Amino acid sequence: MRAKVYVTLKAGVHDPAGKAVSGGLQSLGYSEVKEVRIGKFFEMEIEDRPDAEARLREMCEKLLANTVIERFRVELG
Amino acid sequence: MRRVAVVTFPGSNCDADARHAVRLFGMEAVPVWHKDTALPKVDAVILPGGFSYGDYLRCGAIARFSPIMPEVVRFASQGGPVLGICNGFQVLCEVGLVPGVLLRNSKLRFLCQDVNLRMEGKPTPWSRPGGETIRIPIAHMEGHWFADDETLARVEGEGQVIFRYADGAPNGAMRDVAGVCNASGNVVGLMPHPERYVEAGVGGTDGRRVFEALVEALA
Repeated sequence: MRAKVYVTLKAGVHDPAGKAVSGGLQSLGYSEVKEVRIGKFFEMEIEDRPDAEARLREMCEKLLANTVIERFRVELG
Repeated sequence: MRRVAVVTFPGSNCDADARHAVRLFGMEAVPVWHKDTALPKVDAVILPGGFSYGDYLRCGAIARFSPIMPEVVRFASQGGPVLGICNGFQVLCEVGLVPGVLLRNSKLRFLCQDVNLRMEGKPTPWSRPGGETIRIPIAHMEGHWFADDETLARVEGEGQVIFRYADGAPNGAMRDVAGVCNASGNVVGLMPHPERYVEAGVGGTDGRRVFEALVEALA
């Protein structure tokens, strides 16, 4: 089964790389860009099991995200 | 003779310097491989700088799960002195032994320069409070220390900031934090590199303060 995990920075956490990308887009003429926040996207192939989502969330808390600065969202199937 | 373990992860590159500094102070440097599952009998542990696991995912995120880490955590929980330098600091943050996290430098540049640091806060085996300023180098891309408001207030209130950039943090670190300790003070994370400035003729000797403090603490 396919699992997707999105890890993004919490509000208030400084993202200088996002800021640089935002500046880049603006200098290309995309003046509508107000803010860019860079996150991570994981595509995973996992075995189907009843506790798959709970375990996926556990994986996020243990490794894929650092919950001091990041939040995560999981999608299954 | 006092023994200090220096853990080598794949990608560590300051482990030899750390061992050299330990020996300069009359202690035995004990190399420990990240796959070891037992810590030899030692008096202190150093997690050196470098780029463990290529900084994949996040700095220190994978090293944190190295087989040796549960032993380091156990040693720390028993009050053993642990110092994480640079990438070692990032590993300590990831494993939760010291508060906060280290983000990308605010100006997105790798910083390699000398910095002035003020020693303050509570006494630790790796520092002496009292406001002395020392000059040692930094070399990092992710040194912007960050903590949420609650953690920050606790850390400041308990005197857990033990090294502060005296001239402002070049990396954007909150409150100019360069080094923090855990609540009991035995575990210290430090972004700059004291092990690089322990001999006159190689930059400077101010890094000696950190190792002198350890010698004193173990005496």
